[in-house]
Amino acid sequence: MRFKKYEGYLFISPWIIGFFVFTIAPLVFAFYVGLTEWDTFNKPKFVGLDNYAALFKDEDFIKALWVTVKFAAISVPLGIATSMLIAILVNTKVKGVYFFRTALYLPAVVSGVSISLLWKWILDKDFGLINLLLSKLGIPPIGWLTDPAFVMPSYLMIVIWGAGGGMLTYLAGLQDIPKHLYEAAEIDGANGFRKFRHITLPMLSPVIFYNLIMGIVGAMRKFGDAYIIGGAGNEGRFYMIYLYENAFKYFKMGYATAMAWILFVIILILTLLAFKSSSAWVYYESEVKPRARKGR
Amino acid sequence: MTSYAMGKKQRRIARTAMLYVLLGLFSLSTLFPLLWMISTSLKSGDLIFEIPPRFWPDGFHWENYSRAVTEINFFVLFKNTAVITFFHLLSDVFVSAFVAYGFARFHFPGKNIWFLLVLSTIMLPGEVTMIPVFIGFSEIGWVNSILPLVVPGFFGGAPVFIFLLRQFFLSIPKELEESATIDGANSFTIFWRIFLPLSVPALITIAIFSFQGSWNDLLGPLIYLNDEDKFTLTLGLSMFKGIMKVEWGPLMAGSILALLPVLIVFFLAQRHFVEGVKLSGIKG
Repeated sequence: MRFKKYEGYLFISPWIIGFFVFTIAPLVFAFYVGLTEWDTFNKPKFVGLDNYAALFKDEDFIKALWVTVKFAAISVPLGIATSMLIAILVNTKVKGVYFFRTALYLPAVVSGVSISLLWKWILDKDFGLINLLLSKLGIPPIGWLTDPAFVMPSYLMIVIWGAGGGMLTYLAGLQDIPKHLYEAAEIDGANGFRKFRHITLPMLSPVIFYNLIMGIVGAMRKFGDAYIIGGAGNEGRFYMIYLYENAFKYFKMGYATAMAWILFVIILILTLLAFKSSSAWVYYESEVKPRARKGR
Repeated sequence: MTSYAMGKKQRRIARTAMLYVLLGLFSLSTLFPLLWMISTSLKSGDLIFEIPPRFWPDGFHWENYSRAVTEINFFVLFKNTAVITFFHLLSDVFVSAFVAYGFARFHFPGKNIWFLLVLSTIMLPGEVTMIPVFIGFSEIGWVNSILPLVVPGFFGGAPVFIFLLRQFFLSIPKELEESATIDGANSFTIFWRIFLPLSVPALITIAIFSFQGSWNDLLGPLIYLNDEDKFTLTLGLSMFKGIMKVEWGPLMAGSILALLPVLIVFFLAQRHFVEGVKLSGIKG
């Protein structure tokens, strides 16, 4: 039966077709579009590397890139730390812990445009919730989205608010740590901090690594809430927002495609760096065991 | 009791108290904005713009909800969103499973290379292909229809789900299908009668992720849908801010209505969220 040998292809064929039509062909095409000036109404004009050269002289582009990189550099560690802290807090057996888990996980459930709008309203200078609370403390109203200096802190606040939504992977990781490790450490007289530093953190490192990668990619591609919320002084104009504007507002398809390629390269480099660094700080259980045998 | 034991007990109580304080603080700051959302949705227009703002609404101004429903054409947008989400669910669950089954259960030349390509498409940011795909769809006249949003899904457009389901299928014992093969079942029958039923929990998890992603998607509809009567809820809400200058009462009411389906699904299927993590296999 010759057919049998290729039967698997039958099942993966939808994906193969999709791979060529929606990935390979667009990639090849994107390579070309990035080298053209094209508004989609007229014929594309080949300009070589002009788009790329122009980008690095475009102040708005530099600004958008800077805002996005800055956001990624702060929000990713901040998000990881907060999510992990929340996971540790709810990984206890106190009464009502299920209520806390559900409440803290809610931001992962309620997301998207509705919540972005909510934040735009909460951050409102005159009528928003944050300034209402601050006024109770006697602090004058802050222009969260109207004062360029406060736009980034606003976005970071939203990240912290949503951190509970990222707790599940950490919670699963925590529950997989064998109890006897902690027991052994207690016998050796380790305090809470040392237990965290030498057991919890290394045992969670694969989860942290996973969230680091996803976090970097997610932050660099940030679009949704920035589109709704914006922010003064272009401080809320993230990379993807500027890309979207170029492509679908100004119809500069070549320029926007060049931006997409640069984004792709940046994400690729950051991901590779993360992978390279991982051997120094990510512990997989198969590696931990021989270390333990050495009597450390 | 020795003083040492007392100290230990007190320390435990102090620790528990501390834990409650932290949990309480975090939960409160998570829930407070959502309560503010509900409160705003019930306030009268005058109260919303009162200085200083007040937390409690002045009665229940349900007219915010009726205004939201009429002014963003809620039912039409709801239907549009539901249709798109339905097709996403269908393709993400069944096509991903179909392809995953091929990768999990067959040996064929080139399989490993193809699977490596699946993995690499997971890492490829969609932005790179977004513009060429848009140009392609506009060439064939599909822009301003739901086709560009739903068709790619039927061609394995969700490689993450393919990957997750393949992992799940690998854990299903071979004996089951072997006995079915002896009984004369072909591979389609085995997929349909054995693999799908056995994978219901995994499929539900994927359905939930797919539902959430599709229901909340903004960029896709933003690029492809032009006519207001084709808009999704996310798109309608994002435009709403423009039409009526900061009418926060109706806007929050509309936002809450848009969130309801996701919330309902969450509370019905809570335990599957946790299973999703196990499925992905990124644990310590």
